Order: sequence, then C-alpha cells, then structure tokens
Amino acid sequence: TMAATKASKEQKYDRQLRLWGDHGQETLENAHVCLINATATGTEILKNLVLPGIGAFTIVDGHTVSGEDAGNNFFLSNNSIGRNRAQAATELLQELNGDVSGNFVEESPDKLLDNDPEFFHRFTIVIGVQLPESTCLRLGSVLWNASVPFLICKTYGLIGYMRLVVQEHTVIESHPDNALEDLRLDQPFEEFKNHTNSYDLDSMDKKDHSHTPWIIIVAKYLEKWLSEHNDQLPKNYKEKEAFRQTIREGIIKTDGGVPEDEENFEEAIKNVNTALNLTKIPSSIENLFNSEQCNSITSQSSPFWVMLRAVKEFVHDEGKGSLPVRGTIPDMIADSQKFINLQNVYREKAMQDAAAVSKHVECLLRSVGKPPESISEKDIKLFCKNASFLRVVRCRSLAEEYSVDSVNKDEIASYMDNPDSEMVFYLMLRAVDRFYQQHSRYPGVYNYQVEEDINKLKVCVNSLLQEYSLSVNIKDDYIHEFCRYGAAEPHTVSAFLGGSAAQEAIKIISHQFVPFNNTFIYNAMSQTSATFQL
Amino acid sequence: MAEMDEPMVVDGGSGVSFEWGGRWSHIKKFLERPGPFTHPDFEPGTEALTGFRNINVVDMDTIDVSNLNRQFLFRPKDVGRPKAEVAADFINSRVPGCCVVPHFKKIQDLDETFYRQFHIIVCGLDSIVARRWMNGMLLSLLVYEDGVLDPGSIIPLIDGGTEGFKGNARVILPGMTACIDCTLELYPPQINFPMCTIASMPRLPEHCIEYVRILQWPKELPFGDGVVLDGDDPEHIQWVFQRSLERAAEFSITGVTYRLTQGVVKRIIPAVASTNAVIAAACATEVFKLATSAYIPLSNYMVFNDVDGLYTYTFEAERKENCSACRQVPQDLHFQQSSKLQEVLDFLTENASLQMKSPAITATVEGKNKTLYLQSVPSIEQRTRANLSKTLKELGLTDGQELAVADSTTPQTVMFRLCFTS
Repeated sequence: TMAATKASKEQKYDRQLRLWGDHGQETLENAHVCLINATATGTEILKNLVLPGIGAFTIVDGHTVSGEDAGNNFFLSNNSIGRNRAQAATELLQELNGDVSGNFVEESPDKLLDNDPEFFHRFTIVIGVQLPESTCLRLGSVLWNASVPFLICKTYGLIGYMRLVVQEHTVIESHPDNALEDLRLDQPFEEFKNHTNSYDLDSMDKKDHSHTPWIIIVAKYLEKWLSEHNDQLPKNYKEKEAFRQTIREGIIKTDGGVPEDEENFEEAIKNVNTALNLTKIPSSIENLFNSEQCNSITSQSSPFWVMLRAVKEFVHDEGKGSLPVRGTIPDMIADSQKFINLQNVYREKAMQDAAAVSKHVECLLRSVGKPPESISEKDIKLFCKNASFLRVVRCRSLAEEYSVDSVNKDEIASYMDNPDSEMVFYLMLRAVDRFYQQHSRYPGVYNYQVEEDINKLKVCVNSLLQEYSLSVNIKDDYIHEFCRYGAAEPHTVSAFLGGSAAQEAIKIISHQFVPFNNTFIYNAMSQTSATFQL
Repeated sequence: MAEMDEPMVVDGGSGVSFEWGGRWSHIKKFLERPGPFTHPDFEPGTEALTGFRNINVVDMDTIDVSNLNRQFLFRPKDVGRPKAEVAADFINSRVPGCCVVPHFKKIQDLDETFYRQFHIIVCGLDSIVARRWMNGMLLSLLVYEDGVLDPGSIIPLIDGGTEGFKGNARVILPGMTACIDCTLELYPPQINFPMCTIASMPRLPEHCIEYVRILQWPKELPFGDGVVLDGDDPEHIQWVFQRSLERAAEFSITGVTYRLTQGVVKRIIPAVASTNAVIAAACATEVFKLATSAYIPLSNYMVFNDVDGLYTYTFEAERKENCSACRQVPQDLHFQQSSKLQEVLDFLTENASLQMKSPAITATVEGKNKTLYLQSVPSIEQRTRANLSKTLKELGLTDGQELAVADSTTPQTVMFRLCFTS
C-alpha cells in the first residue's frame, strides 16, 4: 500500500531525513541523474546516490567490461567481462535500492553529442567521469546552454579531481554551522520593547529574578546605559566591560552583601559581546540585492529571485533597513513561561514580517502576470527565516576556464608560489589531457613507456604553460609521478571521490547546503585537498 | 613491444586461483614501479600481491532497516541478521578469492591472542569508550625490552568516524604516535540537560521528551514492571511521544514530533552514505599504504566537512606527555590527605583527559590488596560505598603510593601515583 511504502521509506531514510528533511528527500526522489562512464569512480558516485533514493539514474557508456574494470570496480564482476559496461553496472547498482529506477544507454557520449545532444536535457544533473578534454568541452557547452548542472570527476593515480559547472545555483537552506542569533537588541522592535517594559527587575522576587531570560536582562540594562550615555551603545572593550559590570551589579545579594548564584545573570554577562552585535544586512545579501536577477523581475524569474526582490522591498519599507526578523532564540536559563512568552514575541514579529514580505511577493507576481498563489506562504516563511543565509553559486563555464583570454592566471600563479600546492595536480591533469590529445593515449600505461613518456609529458607541460603564459615552475618529480600513475584508477581514491561527488550532486538536486565553486583537488598521498575557482 | 599482462596467481587457501587478465592492473602501477614520492622502505616488486590477505570483521550489532540508507552490504531481507556475518557473505561472494571471517561479538569479548594475529586494525566504532578500549588493547600488546619499544610488536590502528556531514580519519602507531587518549580533549563530553530544567522548567520540546524518558516512564512503567524503555520498539516511542505532547501542551511548547522523540530517546546521530564513503575510503587508502609501504602514511589526523563546499584539515596530533594510556609512567594524582575518596572518583570521571565511566579503585594498603571502591558489582559496591566519604588518610593511603584503576574505557588497569598536597 502507499501508506506502508511511505512508512517503510521513513524508516529506511530516517538518518538522512534528519539532515535534509522530507522536502529535501522529495527533490531527490524526483531527480534523474545521468552518469557517463561506469568506471570505479562512476559507480562509487552512483552508489552514494542510489542508496539515499534518487528517483532514477541513466548510465551512458559505450565501453565493454575489461579485466581491468572487473579488478577495481565493486559493481562489476569478472562474469561481466565482455558485456556492455553500462548494462552490467546498472544491474549491480539497481539492486542496492528497489525504490530507484536504473537505466542504461550503450553509447559513447561523443556519439550522443553528434546525433542527439538534446538527450542530455532531461537530466537533473549530468556526472561525467574519466572523460577526455574534448568530450568535456563539447558536453559542457551543451549543458551550459540547457542550464543542466554538470559535474566532472576524474581519478588519476592518487589524485582526485572534481569540477562543477553550473551557471546559477540558488540556496535558501544553506544550514550554516555557526550562525549568529538575530536578537535585535541594538534596535529593539516595538513589541519587544513593550515586552521588556512588562518586567520590573527591582521589584521581582528572587525566584522570578533568577529565572528571567538573559535577553530581557541585557535589554533592560542596555536601556539604562543608553539613557546615561547619550543613546550610544557600548562600543569598545572598555565600555562593554563597564556595561557587563552594570549587569553584574544587578545580581541579588544576601543581607551580608554576597552575590547570590544567578546563572541567568551570568549568561547575560557572557553573551554581552554577541548581544551587542549591530543588526546589519550581511554584505553577501546586499550583493544579491544589487544583482541583475533581483532588479529585473520577469515572468521567467525563479521564486528565489522574486522572494529576494520582495525582501529587498521590505527592507526599504516595513523593515526600515533590516531583514525580516528570523524569529528564533537560543535556549537559556529561564522558567518555562518567561521563555515561551519571549519566544512568542520573536515568533510573532517574524510572522508579521513574513506577511509583509508576502504582500510584496504578491505584487511582484501580479506585475509579471503570474498568479499570486504561485509562491506559497510556507516557502515565503522559509525564505524569510533564512534571509541572512541565502547563497548563490555561479561557476564559470569550461569555455571560460580553458580560453586563453579568460583563464584565471592569477589564481593559478598565486597558488603555485608554493610549488607543492594542490594546484600542481590541476596543471598536471591538464597536461595529461594534452598528452592524450596528441598521442591518443595516456602516459606510462605500460611499464616500458614510463621512462620515455616523462620527456613527452614534459613537452606537454611546457606547451600548456606557454599557451596560457603561466610563469610557474612544475617540479620534475610531479611529471615523473604522473607517468608512473599510468592513468590508473585505484579503488580507494575512486571511493573518496565517490562520496564527495555524490554529496555535491545532492546539494545541487536539493538546493540545500552549499556546493563547491568550482574545482576540487584531492591528494591521497598526503590526505589533503584544496578548492580553486578557475 | 606490447607487455604481456600475466595473470597472477593468488592462493585463496583452497588451492583454487581466482584470477583473470588485468585484475590487478590498476594496483600494480603502485607496487611495481619506483617513484619520487614512495616510502623510503618501498621496494618495487609484485611480492605484495602474492601471499594471501585475510580479513576478520568484528561487530556486535544486527541489521536495522535504518542502516539501509548507507550500509551498502545489507539488504531488506537481511534485517535482524548479524552485520559481521552478512558483510562477510556479501564480500566473499562479490570479490572472488577474498576471505572475510565474521565475529558476531563485542570487541571486548576477544582477547590478546585474537588481536595479536593481525598486521593492521581498522575501526569504525560508534563510541569513544569502544575506541579507547581498542586503543588500550593494542597498547597492551607492545613489548618493551630494557625500556625500548620493539617495533615488531606495534600493530597500527586506523580509526574513522562520522557524524552527518563531518568525519575524521586517523592513523595511530601505538607507543609511537598520538593515541586515542592523547587527544581525548578533541572529543567534548556529551552534554545532558540539567535535571531542574527537565523536572520543572522545560522550554524546548527536547526537555519534554527527556522528562517522559527519565521521570515518567520509571514511575508509570507503562509496559509492565522491569520493562525498560526500548528505543527500537515503536510502541514504546509512541507512548513517549504521546506523553511528551501532553507535557509540552502544559507549558505551551511546540515542536514535539515522533521523529524528534525517537531522536532524543535513542540519541540518534544523522548519517548519510556520502560522508561514510569518504572516511572509509581515506582509511582504506591508509591500510593500503601501511600494507605495501607504497607511500608514507597519513601523519596522522584528517578532518572532513562538506556542509559548505568541501573542507579537509590534516595535522599531526601530538602525543600527550602524561597520557594515562600510552605513557609507561604512572600519572600523578594531587589531593590532600583530608580529601575524600569521592573527590578522587569525581576527578577520574570528570577530568577531560580521563573521562572514565565507572572506575574501580584498588590499592596496596599494609601489604594487602584493598578494593577501595567498585561500582559495577552490586555486592562490592555496597560493601565499599562507605569508603567514598572517608578521607584518603582514613583509608590508610600514603604519599607516593600507587592506585590501580580499572574502567570500561581500557582493557588494562591504569596506574596512578598519589601525591599529597598540603
């Protein structure tokens, strides 16, 4: 039954639902992922997408399974040697999760690009593995124009490489690790002021005094400070220390003058520093407000931009220069009633602000001829709650990365100031791609080739550096090492990339958490990594 | 000249060869070829592949349906079966020639004779206590001759752990590099809500759930006398959920859900396939390096986080000068003669570097071995409970004397030296 399936999925996916919620899971179950090349890297990536329950996958691969393939790939058996690799891998990946629909196309991506490039338009994301440069560039162009996210992955010896190509990826729920609270103590809103006025600390009995939330305490003492300091907030360390002292003096004392144990006051003192942070719109959000997509809303604008524009208008109107109130407060020492009442003050303000933003959303939608209900209250509330944490990731296209006119020379050169930086592996990968273009093979695949290919590879390295006018030095050791790799794809490095790439794909599909931008290098020799924007 | 890819014979122990052309092609490049980044001890050759590697896996757990979102060796039909056995079956059938031997046991159920046979130990344990135990076990296998460590007695320990989108992998050479206990402060102790909050001042839905779990269940015993709350029993969770809703309603607290209830009761940590794949892969890479000397192993700790992009940080954790686990020297305990034994007990459990669970303390007093306090055996606990309120002087302990402490966090007793302060 439908209900039984839903219940068993809730159980099965419980541990991941706690991270991205039911709505995140829904985006996964509606996704169709394309994997090109069922190599060890490819199948390891797909395993980590099939297990969490993506809707469907399609493997595109024209190769037949070789003895080498069966040796490093957990999803190919020696019995499948000689069979089409796409089909063989689909079987063993499919059986990981009955909820997922697995498909395969026995064709090389180059052929598909020749005959039917629109084949790729149907996918939520395309993941290309162990692809030569020419195929990447061709596919990159098609997917860019179709606005289909493209994730390129490569395992080369002990080096892992990922490149994300997505024009514009918006994130409402970025789930930041250490977010600052939104308490507005520097600019208390009307309802909050009324609420603090309902407290008279001096006339409270000890129990109430000791269980008053620290936010109220700071607000009260701040009020007093402002009246005595010409409406100026404590600015420097000295003033903040003096302010903390006023709070400390507010602690109830015994008849003998000994301060009682009032944990809530200690909390207030401890939190003064962050409580006095000025409420301001993060610069990242200001930048989004100033972007083209925010300023020209059309019927093609996604809900993200419509809501952002609405928030911008709110900021200039009802918000009086501030974002909608987030509406959450941290836990703190307090009795239940005082805490809940305070929490409700923030929650109600947040609801009010969200309602105001909603009106702006409706107006905008009407102005571009769209029904006002096309963006739900629920979505607007979620957007407002995350207003400080919105992120937009824009990756440069492959064409931009590879073109002599727009190559990011500065990024490459500055990292190469340290000749052992992970950047050297990026350059070596580009060099072996060049080698492949010239010699139709990778360097050092057979033992006898290793020595002689070192010089040939060095020629490729130098021509690469020359073409891009990069005056960097690549140590001979790295050229030797890349010949030694012989384009091997060891399983453990493939598996590391498998986990990394799958999670980036999940971020793209779910629009939760923040994808990398745009080049990731993993070095299994030193267990280090780096991210570059190329 | 084309190279002949000779099939290599690997003896699976039954005389049957599990080979096909090219099987080891990807790996051979790292074993047969010299290179500029190899370990100083590395010698190119194919010997590492001949001779047979067997794998033993120890796991006390059975498979739960909630494991299936990431534990890829298990299927719905396996729910209820021991993990070690199902994993072994799956791998033995998928990887020809591989021989995984399962042990459906706690790690603590096996002894030195068992652990001594291995070249490398890899852990993916779910608690710090278990990690410390394994750490202690490998430390106990170390052989010192005239104070010098015999390197042949060192069994490397590779440890991996994950939580949500965070993870870490580390390489421990017992007796040589930082051990689990050396870096205990890296794991902050678990924070529980204060009882007064739970009992009379709830503010969060979690407080309501803890109230039902800790106070209401033992009082009402809804499923009968002696029936302990079982987080894996949906009926139990449903009961807790309903009562938590009632408690929350009393205080106008919103947010109690079934999922939250289960999460609080079982102390669930979110988990996904991807993070586990990354950390497992990093650990496996280190096993490969240690087994083949192909590269210098990770030295010695890597953390990973892919919430925002992908972040790794690799550093060398240092051995602690006075580590109670891996240093040969007894650790000093500073107390006054008038301090009570309870204070010593509190120190052993609360100190960030020790974090013992329920230490049993014995000492040699007037030539006789005396158990000062032991919690885990009720009859002895009753007999020694009175000692907790006695002073160290009253218990006959002298300055400089050694205390032997046993605890679940280590298979061996830890020696401490009592130093009286004035």
